[in-house]
Amino acid sequence: MSAHSTAIGVSSKRGIWGGGNEPLKASYGKLMMWFFLLSDIFTFAAFLISYLAIRVSYPAYAGPADTFVGSNEYWPVPELVFEAVPFLHGIHAPLVFVGIMTFILISSSVTMVLAVEAGHRNDRNDVVKWMLWTMLGGITFLACQAWEWSHFIHGTDAGSVLTYINSLNREVTETVFGANLVVNEYGPAAFAQLFFFITGFHGFHVTIGVVLLFLAFYQAAVGVYDRRGHYEMIEKIGLYWHFVDLVWVFVFTLFYLI
Amino acid sequence: MEIQDTKSTLEVTPRNNEKIKKIWKTAGILLALTVAEFIMAFTMDRGILLYVLFILLTIWKAKYIMMEFMHLGDEAKPLFYSIIVPLIFLVWLLIALAKEGTDIFLMRW
Repeated sequence: MSAHSTAIGVSSKRGIWGGGNEPLKASYGKLMMWFFLLSDIFTFAAFLISYLAIRVSYPAYAGPADTFVGSNEYWPVPELVFEAVPFLHGIHAPLVFVGIMTFILISSSVTMVLAVEAGHRNDRNDVVKWMLWTMLGGITFLACQAWEWSHFIHGTDAGSVLTYINSLNREVTETVFGANLVVNEYGPAAFAQLFFFITGFHGFHVTIGVVLLFLAFYQAAVGVYDRRGHYEMIEKIGLYWHFVDLVWVFVFTLFYLI
Repeated sequence: MEIQDTKSTLEVTPRNNEKIKKIWKTAGILLALTVAEFIMAFTMDRGILLYVLFILLTIWKAKYIMMEFMHLGDEAKPLFYSIIVPLIFLVWLLIALAKEGTDIFLMRW
């Protein structure tokens, strides 16, 4: 809520019809951020529900987990695809790395609320401190995702033997390593396409979030918000950042658990 | 040359420990739910039951993020409903596309 609003959200100077009122007791910026996020929820929901629809249109891998081999005949088991951790080559550690990523993003969400809370108290030092932590979390998450993508693209040592139609429209049978948009060693082509598209779109949101966090951090540090008289910008960017975390919670469930 | 004064003119209120405690408590709940999901992923058999549990736990987590972190619960009721009610459309999208997906599966295999 901006500093100018009164208890009932009507400007005392200009009355109900004079403009400058806050009909939903939220400032213009905050309201628009909420409606933007609502539209973004629809975008991500459409992606994730499409993922689910495409996933159930393929047979699931039914055999025992330790004999799993990638094939474009059935959908892979995620914990057998995402099982690598940086610096631990060849060690089977299912979902460990993505667990760490989830933890980092949730933590950065927590430090973001703490920054918003500090903003309510006009406490510049605390805002700057927590914004810095949040930014660090966001950058670490992006770095983790870059590694995750790189590993996904380069693939395992063994690869999988697949029969597929290559980009020259010819049917070939060969050992495939890693993933691209035509073929991947883990499962049907749609598996890698959806992975790249949805985690990429989420990562794009995180990237924008980090830029916004930096701007707010900088402005808070040089005292722009003090001069403005309120820290509402922290709150608005906080909404966006929590949304990014919210989407990740769903991406995590659909891609890595189900 | 004058040095720009960056000293705050706003009054800084002291930390409200109760509020901060609540934030950490919410963080703990989110973490606990995620750990529960992990344990379920490795101990339970894959199937509809597990998937439904996963999705319910995820929606539960989403509720905490939206209510506690984004303070949606503290907003005016019309704003709250204008964000929550449109999400009903997603329920239909989910039903429609799940049906579509299973039908494609039956046609293909």
